[in-house]
Amino acid sequence: MPRFYRALWAPLSMSEGRVTVEDMAFIEARGLVKRYHVRKAPPVEALAGVDLSVEQGTVRALLGPNGAGKTTAVKVFTTLLVPDEGTATIGGVDVVRRGDEVRPIIGVSGQYAAVDEDLTGFENLDMVGRLYHFPARESRRRAHELIEAFELSEAQNRPVKGFSGGMRRRIDLAGAIFSKPEVLFLDEPTTGLDPRSRIGMWEIIQGLVSEGTTVFLTTQYLEEADRLADAISVIDGGRVIAEGTADELKAQVGGQQIELTVVDPGDAELVLAVLARHGASEPRTSDDGRTLTVGVTEGPRALESTLAELNAAGVRMHDAGMRRPTLDDVFLRLTGHMAETDAAADQPAHERAGAGS
Amino acid sequence: MTTIARPAASALRRPSGLSTWYTDGWATTKRNLIKIKRVPDVLVFTTLQPIMFVLLFTYVYEGVIDIPGISYTEFIMAGIFAQTIVFGSTWSGSAMAQDLKNGIIDRFRTLPISHSAVLIGRTNGDLVINSLSMVVMIVTGLVVGWRITTSLWEGLAGVALLLLFGYAFSWVMAFLGMSVRSPEVINNAAFIILFPLTFLSNAFVPADTLPEPLQTFAEYNPVSALVQSARELFGNVPPGMPEPEVWPQQYPIAATLIGIALMLIVFVPLSIRKFGRVSTRS
Repeated sequence: MPRFYRALWAPLSMSEGRVTVEDMAFIEARGLVKRYHVRKAPPVEALAGVDLSVEQGTVRALLGPNGAGKTTAVKVFTTLLVPDEGTATIGGVDVVRRGDEVRPIIGVSGQYAAVDEDLTGFENLDMVGRLYHFPARESRRRAHELIEAFELSEAQNRPVKGFSGGMRRRIDLAGAIFSKPEVLFLDEPTTGLDPRSRIGMWEIIQGLVSEGTTVFLTTQYLEEADRLADAISVIDGGRVIAEGTADELKAQVGGQQIELTVVDPGDAELVLAVLARHGASEPRTSDDGRTLTVGVTEGPRALESTLAELNAAGVRMHDAGMRRPTLDDVFLRLTGHMAETDAAADQPAHERAGAGS
Repeated sequence: MTTIARPAASALRRPSGLSTWYTDGWATTKRNLIKIKRVPDVLVFTTLQPIMFVLLFTYVYEGVIDIPGISYTEFIMAGIFAQTIVFGSTWSGSAMAQDLKNGIIDRFRTLPISHSAVLIGRTNGDLVINSLSMVVMIVTGLVVGWRITTSLWEGLAGVALLLLFGYAFSWVMAFLGMSVRSPEVINNAAFIILFPLTFLSNAFVPADTLPEPLQTFAEYNPVSALVQSARELFGNVPPGMPEPEVWPQQYPIAATLIGIALMLIVFVPLSIRKFGRVSTRS
């Protein structure tokens, strides 16, 4: 029966019409391609064939540097952008062709807090509630509830204009979960926040996760992905280049690492040679030439013999020890370049080469 | 944080069709009403600027411009009404551009609402702004000696026609705002386009005083039709004015209604379609 007629007397219920194929994940993308056309230049592929599948009730982080395609991917899933190729589904519902059925079950918090500066925190939330079609009283009650839960009570009756970045993000996130969505999309939820607000945001997200919400978040902070996500998809240049839990990704780099910091950079060459002998992977030098790392299989023994050899050679060291690889190591290994978590990352992506992050 | 627990499905009422459209439109209108109250620019533009225009034009030009058979104050009021209304409709342009810039449109577009809701709320906001301006201008006009010399009903029809024209023009500006994407550009464009549009009309001087090419422009300018309609409905047409030779001036009310209809027919669907496709660039 054509949808038009069905809609006349029976509005689609949320679960009706949803495909429940066993092998289909809750959030699924297959071969997503999105090109941006730049004047007088070949089109930029923000997504160059992205495949993703996320199980219900889990947290997935899309980890990558600026311009990797993270925001574009979120915009496709949240019905804001139509991909040039490929399909994306949420709960089996095609987000492109049946966006109307997807929107009621998703919550979105974009990269920049989408709140009206001239409205108070309460007014912003109440408006979102009314637009989710909560009855007036129910909407007000829920708005108050969220303001309390997000510790915004003292700011609820002031225009958002005077709020700190962290408070804006919290209002925005409160709007995103207003209708208790089945899936929550968070695009760089802590970018631009000070460390204290960031930890506060993490706690809120962890609270949501413990209640079973499926969360899809993007981040350029490796620590954030490690802390919040069940599984991480590493994205670079519009492609998912690795996938797995934080531990699985770390294992790809090698179990443990020896890290040495020398007093005199002139000793680096000698140390590298020693590390190469005892390590299981190619040794690496830091930018300042003083910290040297190598992946090892039998950690303690390798460290012991390395130190003995260096002592005998009279190399003085600031620091010597073993550590588990961080996601930074993973990123470097996978992409050949470091993740950009420095000041450059705070620029809007469109001002950077390769439009469309 | 037990308060943000998962929903009971029944907590979400899912109304459909007309009632949704109405509540969505109202929720976004309410937002714009709050903004009128809180944003000083809007309040100044809405109340002080019309007073300033009425006083400036009537007292500065009254001694210079001589319209036979009628005081300049009576002649000019319809022009000031039209100009203020047209400028008042540019709020939709800059507001849509601003919403696009700071991501609010992305928020709206991921909510389960009709694409028209936000635009309806925005253009309603302009309608309220223009209505406030109308009241302020009418009172100021009455103080400086302007009178409606026809009937109450014709006077009200004149006000309604002005507001309707402004409402239709808000949809044009909303479309431009989403296309241009920059609130600053929209505000500048308002100056560059709307000043000629309102001055190259019969708003401030009779069109036949203009040099030839400009006169033709003024005669077919929709703002001229609007101003002429208002003059007829308020009874402010100078008695000595020659019979107009072009049809928009002979049948100004019909011409204005056609203009309003055209703006709505073209720009309501265009704006709604555009809204469904734009997203913040980040």
